[in-house]
Amino acid sequence: MLHNPDDLKYTKTHEWVRTKDEEIEVGITDFAQHQLSDITYVELPELNRHLDAGEEAVVVESIKAASDVYAPIAGTIVEVNEALATTPEVINSDPFGAGWIFRMKPDHANDVDALLSSEAYEASLPAEH
Amino acid sequence: MKTSLYNDHVALGARMVPFAGWDMPLVYRGIIPEHLWTRAHASVFDICHMGEFEIKGATAEADLERLVTLGVASLKPGACAYGYLLAEDGGVRDDVICFRLAPDRFWLVVNAGTLAGDRDWIRAHLSPHTTFTDLSPATAKLDIQGPGARQGMEAAFGQALPPLGYFHFQEVTIQGTPCLLSRTGYTGEFGYELYVPANEVPRFWNCLLKSGQILPAGLGARDTLRVEMGYPLYGHELRLEWRPAGASRGRFMDMAKPFIGRESVRRELETGAYRVLVGLLLEGRMAGRAGDPVMKDGVGVGEVTSGLFAPSLNVAVALAYVDQAVSRPGEALAITVRGKSLNARVETLPLYKNGTAREAR
Repeated sequence: MLHNPDDLKYTKTHEWVRTKDEEIEVGITDFAQHQLSDITYVELPELNRHLDAGEEAVVVESIKAASDVYAPIAGTIVEVNEALATTPEVINSDPFGAGWIFRMKPDHANDVDALLSSEAYEASLPAEH
Repeated sequence: MKTSLYNDHVALGARMVPFAGWDMPLVYRGIIPEHLWTRAHASVFDICHMGEFEIKGATAEADLERLVTLGVASLKPGACAYGYLLAEDGGVRDDVICFRLAPDRFWLVVNAGTLAGDRDWIRAHLSPHTTFTDLSPATAKLDIQGPGARQGMEAAFGQALPPLGYFHFQEVTIQGTPCLLSRTGYTGEFGYELYVPANEVPRFWNCLLKSGQILPAGLGARDTLRVEMGYPLYGHELRLEWRPAGASRGRFMDMAKPFIGRESVRRELETGAYRVLVGLLLEGRMAGRAGDPVMKDGVGVGEVTSGLFAPSLNVAVALAYVDQAVSRPGEALAITVRGKSLNARVETLPLYKNGTAREAR
């Protein structure tokens, strides 16, 4: 499994968060993409939609099932990864990079501080991984 | 339960999942790569969880004739056929393949989840002198499927395989071990189902994988391959609560002979009051799933039983039971998924048209 980058923040529901200037970029972790296996479709959120922390933002479909991706903190969608419409499998191949899913403008920038560190996230994963 | 290949799957990095009481490999490298490799080359699937029963004796033919829907008397030694095991009310207890090894000796191959119930049901319906043996614990099953299956197996085993027609089989000796080799499968591709002694299956598995021509594939690819072919999966398209008329529109049932459940199936076929299983082609990648409603002009006309992104068609597909009035190929329907309406068109089965299953190779 890929290392969970130390410069990212994480949620217990397997989203990662990268802070970029005033915005955050959100994707799902390598653990999550591995659990889902082959990702075949991503239902992206609408631009300018406001989401509360923990609200369903995205549906990721794999061969086997559809799974929700949640807003890690409260904020407004400012950009979505359009490339996922035709090549959703980049979430499998590059979950922490090209497989990013959406960008948000947080309501409160310091909400990110309360999210998990890479160590805390790894500690929350099942022992066999 | 674990098959004899559990450690081999873990060593290959498989993701193991529970299936019908077994720990089975879902995926090794990726469901889509495993699916595409099967269509283009050949894959081996661990299918050891399925069950095999031997039914033997002078009264075996007559007993089986009553138990299963397919015509048993017309089955010649060396041939096998697909059919249903029905309850008295016509509900589907299982779908099975019946092999005739000799005039008085048969195998039934059954699903893992229904094995125990099938065993009790069949034993309760046999004549006193018909013998029943559950071969499952001692019998391993490997499916080797794909246009390169024969070539890959002959190279791996270092011996020629007998020519076999589709739905024919032979008892063969492979590297000194007695096996049963059958030209059947669940992928739509040319290939075999190979029955070997359970204690020898790790040797067979590793021998098949050695050259790299045949790669392992998991239950994930098995499902995408069978959905593209429109093959039913027990628990999805076939259930104890449903009669089989709509699944096969009368195929796989010899209505000229008495069998358990026949009267109810006959009534249903005559009245035509049943929904039929159809294939649906969607327009994008977003898939409907089992239980999602199928609509026509805003009215419910059916229900999805299996749905997924089809790797060989590059679009989402579904299998669904729909009202006969809207079951013709070309019919424009919709599937409601998470509040959205996805356009879906009825397409003749198989959805994937280029399968090699019936080709001679």
